Amino acid sequence: MNSSVKSKHPSAYRIVSLIVLIIFAILFLFPLYWIITGAFKPTTDIYSTDTVWWPTEWVTTNFEKLFSSRTAPLFTIGDFEGPTVPAAIRWLVNSVFMSVMAMLLTCVTASMAGYAIAKKRFIGRGAVFTLIVCAMALPKQVILIPLIREISAMGLYNSLWAVILPTVGWPFGVFLMKQFCEGVPGEMLEAARIDGAGEAQTFVQIVMPLIKPGIGALAIFTFINSWNDYFTQLIMLTSSANYTISVGIATLQGESSTDFGILMAGAALAAVPIITVFLIFQKYFTQGITMGAVKG
Amino acid sequence: MARSKNQPTTSRALVRRETISGYLFMLPSLIFFVGFVIIPMILCIYTSFFDANLTANGEDVFIGFANYVELFNDEIFRKALLNTFIIVVVSVPVTCVFSLWVSSVIYKLRGPLLSLFRCIFYLPVVTGSVAVTVVWKWIYNYRTGVLNDVLTNLGIIDSNVNWLGDSSTALACIIVILLTTSVGQPIVLYVSALGNVDVSLTEAAQVDGATDLQVFWKIKWPQMMPTTLYILVITTINSFQCFALIQLLTSGGPTNSTNTVMYYIYYTAFKLYRLGYGNAMGVVLAIFIALLSALQFKLTEEK
Amino acid sequence: MKKILALVLAMLMALSLVACGSSSDDTATDDTSDSTTTEEASGTDEEEAEVEAEADAEADAEVEETDSTEVADSITLWTYPIGGWGTEETVNALIEGFTAETGISVTVEYLDYTNGDEKVNTALAAGEGPDLIMEGPERLVADWGASGYMVDISDLLDDTDIAEINAAALDACYGEDGAVYEYPLVMTAHCMAINKTVFEAAGAMQYLDEETHLWNSSEDFFAAVQAVYEYTGATVGAIYCGGQGGDQGTRALVNNLYGGTFASEDHTSYTWNSEENIQALEALVACEGIEFDASIVGGDEIAQFYQGTLNMAFCWNIAQQLDPNTAGTGSGLTLSGDEILFMAFPTEDGSDPELCGGIWGFGIFNNGDDAKIAAAKLFIQYMCDSEATADAVTAANYFAVRDTVVDGTVDISDIWADNEIMNEYNILMQYLGDYYQVTTNWTAARYQWWNMLQVIGAGGDVTEAVETYATNADNGISE
Repeated sequence: MNSSVKSKHPSAYRIVSLIVLIIFAILFLFPLYWIITGAFKPTTDIYSTDTVWWPTEWVTTNFEKLFSSRTAPLFTIGDFEGPTVPAAIRWLVNSVFMSVMAMLLTCVTASMAGYAIAKKRFIGRGAVFTLIVCAMALPKQVILIPLIREISAMGLYNSLWAVILPTVGWPFGVFLMKQFCEGVPGEMLEAARIDGAGEAQTFVQIVMPLIKPGIGALAIFTFINSWNDYFTQLIMLTSSANYTISVGIATLQGESSTDFGILMAGAALAAVPIITVFLIFQKYFTQGITMGAVKG
Repeated sequence: MARSKNQPTTSRALVRRETISGYLFMLPSLIFFVGFVIIPMILCIYTSFFDANLTANGEDVFIGFANYVELFNDEIFRKALLNTFIIVVVSVPVTCVFSLWVSSVIYKLRGPLLSLFRCIFYLPVVTGSVAVTVVWKWIYNYRTGVLNDVLTNLGIIDSNVNWLGDSSTALACIIVILLTTSVGQPIVLYVSALGNVDVSLTEAAQVDGATDLQVFWKIKWPQMMPTTLYILVITTINSFQCFALIQLLTSGGPTNSTNTVMYYIYYTAFKLYRLGYGNAMGVVLAIFIALLSALQFKLTEEK
Repeated sequence: MKKILALVLAMLMALSLVACGSSSDDTATDDTSDSTTTEEASGTDEEEAEVEAEADAEADAEVEETDSTEVADSITLWTYPIGGWGTEETVNALIEGFTAETGISVTVEYLDYTNGDEKVNTALAAGEGPDLIMEGPERLVADWGASGYMVDISDLLDDTDIAEINAAALDACYGEDGAVYEYPLVMTAHCMAINKTVFEAAGAMQYLDEETHLWNSSEDFFAAVQAVYEYTGATVGAIYCGGQGGDQGTRALVNNLYGGTFASEDHTSYTWNSEENIQALEALVACEGIEFDASIVGGDEIAQFYQGTLNMAFCWNIAQQLDPNTAGTGSGLTLSGDEILFMAFPTEDGSDPELCGGIWGFGIFNNGDDAKIAAAKLFIQYMCDSEATADAVTAANYFAVRDTVVDGTVDISDIWADNEIMNEYNILMQYLGDYYQVTTNWTAARYQWWNMLQVIGAGGDVTEAVETYATNADNGISE
């Protein structure tokens, strides 16, 4: 199909748009480029008034400072504490744990609920869906204070669960999975029922495989959102051992001066895992998400 | 198609069974949704009728709609609402159009190149808002920033512009950053959607002598409607969530030109401790958002 | 039936995921039913289960006032980055000494000035505040003290303490209700700084006295700015107003220029709409070399001064003079090696500037647990009034609020004896002015101040702006 379409295009337009595109691509690459080079720049480069595009000398002092400034146990399970490591490592562990848990819980609950809304004609279905659509765009700040009190009453304040649970509650996943589940042919469900499959069996054996790409898309979406949700993490986590990487880095700033070197080193450290996740799952992600959206 | 299975003799037993199993499937999600969204929201509405403070002193006093009355006489709130509206109204269509354009250019590229571009435009999304903001702050820097540097060298501006310190440019600067962090996902979506367009239809149209533009509007665009709807929703959410940018770059200034409802709520509740008043703002914002979402759904469904 | 059973099982599985999760954190609670578990230790760590230990033999003899109460064996301290008190290594060393002496362990969390306030405020709203906090009266007294979150610690101050502690510093620690909400440890005077190397080259040193660190007059201050402006062709100093950070600098500059004040003497109303302040603001607006800049705050200003982009900084104090940057290029030097000279703010006749004080110390949050409060009091006594005080003060990089501790038996007046910069800086300490940061509606007033500067910087009428915003501050209005 490519050839037939391509030949029809006036090449001048193609060339101009490709050039413009490349300019935009450079602009989009710039922040990450700046962060990574900044992480390895000596302080004199960072504070220089003339723009230093390339480190005059590649140094690791920023990472050394980042790693030596605070310490924390690698993990804490009950009363058992892991070996003491630089806190930045623990923050990474926390971020990963938080994002993965939020991702798993969201995928399980949202696909079940999305299936129900898409395929079950139950009483109150319309009302529930309307509520979900309305609540979807609700900014977190609006409900933050009641939420803190609730979390605190549950005894979960200053634990990673205080960040995970509200993320799972956010109804966007349900909306997304409903879109996907609508693509599941009703005939297949009917056939399964006639074969005597139970509700749970139908869901696990028929629906789940069909919406797998959708679950993959939701997983990545939730992972990244939860990783980046700086504000909730900031408010809910108070002790250094419970910080996530983004909150932890923010606390390394001094009284009136910001050490951009440390900040850049931390940002680079935080960006690497998430970019890796994206690169690895890119294909899955891009294929999956469209199927649902297109057919929904 | 989903309705077919319910067509014959919808007995009451069947409805009951569907309802029970429906709610059972909904249950885990509902626990979280009700627990961490609905209950706080109800508490938020409740508190908005009180002169509630975040302090340990004194009881909260019931004051009816006084917070809401104050709200509509509060110039800053109106300004913040307007700014929020501008951000959404500008960034949502621009994001959609820009990502559609980028996708249309790259979707026909060879595999690795396509992956590369897709990845580049997605980078700002995954880099993390705090880090990206720090870089942009440096780009916009009045005295030593690279933007002023480049524009002066190109002869576009005569003297340095205080991008974030001037009320006429600050909001635009914020929107630009917001755009770079929101086009990633729409591009990924549109690329796939364009690739999935039914080729036989486009080819038939081209044989009939349709121009590229006609092919796009008459054939491709309708097929991408569900994708567009989805993109509209996530972009709108993203625009409303724009908070870290403002907190880290401008604190709502200069002269409230970048103040948004989100930031103002945060300021009122966490700096001034006026919980009731902040919650009243939250309720108004929630209504505003609900109306907007409803409108969006209506518009896209009609099409 | 079977189907429903299967479903329920699936659900249980999902739920158990949640339950498992929460039990890995010690505070095992079932989902919703109990809502009154707030008596839990405010803290964070598993070990912090509420084992209350008696004040036993290990405890120091100093425990006069508290020996009959139970004393908790662990407390939490939240500290802002006040010199070395923001560094884990330094703080751990100090805490070790305390733990060795009293057997009380201290969990420390470090706050930052960007988000620290919000963190404390939300923690308080959740009933999860720390036991101890380290900051200044503007937060401890005017903010959390006035909001009813703090414990009155007047019982820690006997007559000797009151006599020993700098009167102005101590005065700031009293709330409007007469209670003491902060035990002061260190203080400093906020000042400004100039790039001496550039000033010399521009011939602007004639307008100031290098020895006394005073400007000859307000007129000379503007003359110096003009000279440097003509020499460099660039902005000399910035009235930063992008936010709250470092706002004491802009306040002090405006107030000192023509003898205005920020708040009334009794700390009940704001007086920055006075003629003197209007005159100062108008003069600053008219001054070519000074620019109102709403894109930066105090920290950015320091960075630009340090880079050599600006040649004057209004957000300065001894901590910056000692270590102006994170590059460690040495005390009192800019990035390019230019010499930094700290200066008092300019006054009309060149004498008696009123410098804004910075006071830092400890306060105790009322978490409703007497044992914790007793332990926190021990901590304060250990840091502020014992043999260890000298170390606690040097860690902060500021001046002690008193010359002697422990009823006059321990002399700490010479801790900075061999530090030249500290000694030189001491000359400014005599100009410590009124600590007005505890005036009613302080938080709102701060916000009004930088918003007003933004309006003036954007070309708004000075008299009108000053009037509007000072009135707003008095009313504690958010606008």
